[in-house]
Amino acid sequence: MYETIIVGGGPAGITAGIYLARKKVSFALITMDIGGQTLGSGGIENYIGHQYITGPELAEKFALHLKEFNIDLKEGHEVKEIKKDGSAFVVRSDKGQYRAKTVIVCTGRKPKNLDVPGEKEFYNRGITYCATCDGPLFAGKKVAVVGGGNSGLEVALQMVRIAEKVYVIELKENLTGDRILADKLNEAGNLEIITSAAVARIHGDKFVSGVSLRKSEKQLDIQVEGVLVEIGSIPNSHVVEGIEKNGFGEIIINCGTETSIPGLFAAGDVTNVFKKQIIIACGEGAKSAIAASEYLYFKG
Amino acid sequence: MEQKKVQVYATSTCPYCKMVKSFLDENKVSYENFDVGTDIGKRNEMIDKSGQMGVPVIDIEGKIIIGFDKEAIKETLGI
Repeated sequence: MYETIIVGGGPAGITAGIYLARKKVSFALITMDIGGQTLGSGGIENYIGHQYITGPELAEKFALHLKEFNIDLKEGHEVKEIKKDGSAFVVRSDKGQYRAKTVIVCTGRKPKNLDVPGEKEFYNRGITYCATCDGPLFAGKKVAVVGGGNSGLEVALQMVRIAEKVYVIELKENLTGDRILADKLNEAGNLEIITSAAVARIHGDKFVSGVSLRKSEKQLDIQVEGVLVEIGSIPNSHVVEGIEKNGFGEIIINCGTETSIPGLFAAGDVTNVFKKQIIIACGEGAKSAIAASEYLYFKG
Repeated sequence: MEQKKVQVYATSTCPYCKMVKSFLDENKVSYENFDVGTDIGKRNEMIDKSGQMGVPVIDIEGKIIIGFDKEAIKETLGI
């Protein structure tokens, strides 16, 4: 049995891992990948110490730092369930089952789906949630970026350079992303912004060939081969049952990263922490490791 | 034993593609790398082979692996 299991290898989980390793707590870090959502970030300009760094580069630096320590890293695991079992916790993944006295949940968030007909059928057949990965495949083609927030506008900026035409589809009356991004986009000649519009359906044969929108009770069809979805995210909190969550499904924590279950801590984007940022998640991860080790010292 | 022929279809920005290549490098597996963001012929070849448009795609002598599936790569290569 471990003293602690960290679930998730994004900024919060990696920082918690580095802190626990330095405290010589016996722990495992169970995760699908090292980097989490950072892997999908284009450019990062607000992580202190780096004026500009791409998400994958920052994730690589995080991984190098973590691997300085000889830790029990279980990569490629999809965690299915975290539950209390007597005085301990059980973490069950697709590859095994592990026990610990304390758990730190750092499972982050995943992209929100559109939930429209055609979305499942055309996933990876024109629809992508990772523009950083698949964006270049749409070079010279027409694409729709769904979502006019910061992530959507950043993806649109990336795509206007390589695509034939880029549509930005926004549900609200106006784009919600930062003005500086919208201004940069306005310089592009191959961009069309469609606001007050909802995606109703994605169609095609083997691959995407178009999107039907609903705009003021009317249907509007656009011909595109790519649909890049950037409409926000939802917390990966379903793996923990019986824990207090807010209306968004985020795990409720106090300022010491404690949850409603003693011995179970949570850090980063999966929680109700104010604002989801890499630098905030790192700080929360650090707090959770200190909190868990104090818990082990006093109550473990 | 001769190493199986490995082809990696990737984009220059995709983090999972980088992970695949680092993993192959670490295991001293040589491979051909195609940038499907710029090479349209190879992009179409990847779509034909895998029936989809997500990267990375790894072709190990006809066995197609989509995404960074470490276990599947290890098993197919016998490493």
